[in-house]
Amino acid sequence: MSLQEFWDYLVLGVMLGSLYAVIAIGYTLVYGVLQLINFAHSEVFMLGAYGSLIVLQLVNPGDNPTAVASIGFVALAMAGSALFGGVTAYGLEKVAYRPLRRRGAPRLIFLITAIGASFFLYNLAGKLFGRDPLPLPEMYDNHNVFTIFGAGVNITQLLQFATAVVMMIGLDLVVNRTKLGKGIRAVAQDAEVAGLMGVDIDKVISRTFIIGGVLGGVAGFLFANLNQVSYTMGFIPGITAFAAAVVGGIGNIRGAMFGGILIGIVETMTVPLLGDEWRSVSAMVVLILVLMFRPMGILGERVGRAA
Amino acid sequence: MSTTETSKSLTPSAAAKLRRTAWYQTERYSRLWAMIALGVLLALVTGEQGNTRDIFYSIESTFTGPKLWLWLAFTVGVWALREFAATPIKGAATKAKESAKSATSAGPVGSLRTRFQSDKRLKLGGIAVLLILVLVIPSGLERTWQTVLVDQIAIFALLAIGLNVVIGWAGLLDLGFFAFFAVGAYSTAYWTGRLPIEPPVVLNNFWVIPVAVVTCLICGLLLGAPTLRLRGDYLAIVTLGFHEIIYLVAKNADGLTGGPQGARLIPDFSIDFAGIEYKWSIKPLPYWYLLVFFIVLVIILFSRLEHSRVGRAWTAIREDEIAAAANGVNTVQFKLMAFAIGASTSGVAGVIFTSKYGYINPEVFPLLQSILILAYVIFGGMGSIPGVLIGTAILVWLPEALKDWVDPSDRYMYLGALLVIMMIYRPQGVWPSRRRQRELKMAEEGIGDADAMSEPAGGKF
Repeated sequence: MSLQEFWDYLVLGVMLGSLYAVIAIGYTLVYGVLQLINFAHSEVFMLGAYGSLIVLQLVNPGDNPTAVASIGFVALAMAGSALFGGVTAYGLEKVAYRPLRRRGAPRLIFLITAIGASFFLYNLAGKLFGRDPLPLPEMYDNHNVFTIFGAGVNITQLLQFATAVVMMIGLDLVVNRTKLGKGIRAVAQDAEVAGLMGVDIDKVISRTFIIGGVLGGVAGFLFANLNQVSYTMGFIPGITAFAAAVVGGIGNIRGAMFGGILIGIVETMTVPLLGDEWRSVSAMVVLILVLMFRPMGILGERVGRAA
Repeated sequence: MSTTETSKSLTPSAAAKLRRTAWYQTERYSRLWAMIALGVLLALVTGEQGNTRDIFYSIESTFTGPKLWLWLAFTVGVWALREFAATPIKGAATKAKESAKSATSAGPVGSLRTRFQSDKRLKLGGIAVLLILVLVIPSGLERTWQTVLVDQIAIFALLAIGLNVVIGWAGLLDLGFFAFFAVGAYSTAYWTGRLPIEPPVVLNNFWVIPVAVVTCLICGLLLGAPTLRLRGDYLAIVTLGFHEIIYLVAKNADGLTGGPQGARLIPDFSIDFAGIEYKWSIKPLPYWYLLVFFIVLVIILFSRLEHSRVGRAWTAIREDEIAAAANGVNTVQFKLMAFAIGASTSGVAGVIFTSKYGYINPEVFPLLQSILILAYVIFGGMGSIPGVLIGTAILVWLPEALKDWVDPSDRYMYLGALLVIMMIYRPQGVWPSRRRQRELKMAEEGIGDADAMSEPAGGKF
């Protein structure tokens, strides 16, 4: 692998990693407040992608939109994906998790419910929107904007990275600076006591799901912009992002960001070194190695101080 | 969160106005919205198949067709009945329930169960009758159902019994259990000489079984040793990762596993011993008897194990790992044991499946199967062998049966919905073990946790 190739793949890896980071945050947030693997988060991601597809099919960008129109289309698609992601996550919490939470059901039950909800959602999406993969309509003329270390970065990649970074910074601010963020941290630390202190737990949990869902939905749009939209698209990125959340230290938002980028780089670096087919293996091997030596993830589990 | 700051600045009457709930905010009407949403969802679920040429087609046809109104009428009707005519119905229902309660302590099914469990002769007789039925009934079934019974239900039952040891008894969340099945299947292909690498000796399928069991045991130990110190969720993701690794190795290591083509022409079981000569073939029934033999064997062995020292150690670990360790249970050793013993049954299942099928490729072992099989165990009632068998039978049978009733590609949607509904209304499963039932009940009342994994999600409130 030449030096140039190294930089090329590193840039690609960071781009992919930023996407994983955004999805991983969705897992970590929910884990923070509920100590629960939200298996259906991958479906939130998938439905987010469908949200952007639906919006784009409705507004139909046509050929060669102007620069201003392009920005508008991207913003609309993003809003559509955020809406779909948020609504799906909210509905999931309300229908599938809240009845269980009220009864204090054990976590295994939550896991199976999440699996069931995931099955239901992705098959429903396949039924409603057809089962063949679809590309997103072209919103802008994709070309290289600038180069870092000789590696070209095109608009799609820039969009992906910039959106991810903006969302992560925004989330960090929300969690650390706002009242809602304080509520989230309080529920993550000790739900019972938070309730006694006047935190409306149901509301906080519901909003946590919405935040995670919006992030997941937009990540779905970014992913679909790079690849395609299909009803099964959520599974593999979902699992990889969950692995990323665990590698970084689940429940720890900065850990999820770090883990996402690490897994993204490792996956991408595997391509020139071992071949494309070993990508997922490398992510999983990293996961197992990290957990063997640091069972709480690299940055450590910090449920409660979710930041 | 708090609204004190806003209400302070308001006059008392304005605050009172804010506090008053409008009619549409009462619970009754929020239930109406929920029912309307349910009606729309049901209409979409039962609506027409969409297609990718026009992604709006399915939704459009649902919203313009009569079906939506039928479903809405149905759900709103249910709502109206419950809200406005509920008192007489409810009164009758409670009365009926109370009278049933006074007649038998736990309902007709429950009393039958307790009688079976308390009377040993009755229990043995019941099992014998059941066994005879299991052996006789399949010969009367259609060929397709025989195949489903053998290729799927029986194989998965064997696997589910193994997973039950890991999750139901020892409480370890294993999301990669199907990987051991793949290990068993590939060992069969190897020892019958159908992989690119040559085995030292080509074995008869019956001899492959112990070899595959040992291989799976070793794999279970190899996976377990570094990871079993991890807590519940971490273990889940590591085992998931393990499955993914096994799957991708099977798919990509062409020289070792045959790659995407897999292995073909794997021989069937055959006996050529002491004058008895028999060869199993593509027909499902002989394999059914073979599988029933192994399932019964495994059940006998495992139910002995459940009530032994080992089984009690597992229960202790599941209910409270720290307390178990404090009482001198070597938790790591027993957890490893559960992992390895559970894995070994999937070795047996792998060998039989491979021999029956005759070919394997990586696509037979998708990650989804690991997740599905966990669902079978929980659905049936984890920790109880009859429950696990029933759960597997129902959940494997259902998608096959749904083929005739609904569009085949929608089957798993219904399965998913069923899982969610079941977990909300009957989390203990179809046929729970008594211990598990009590654990769940106590957890609901706030005493202890039902799983060793940790606190119930979201605290207890």
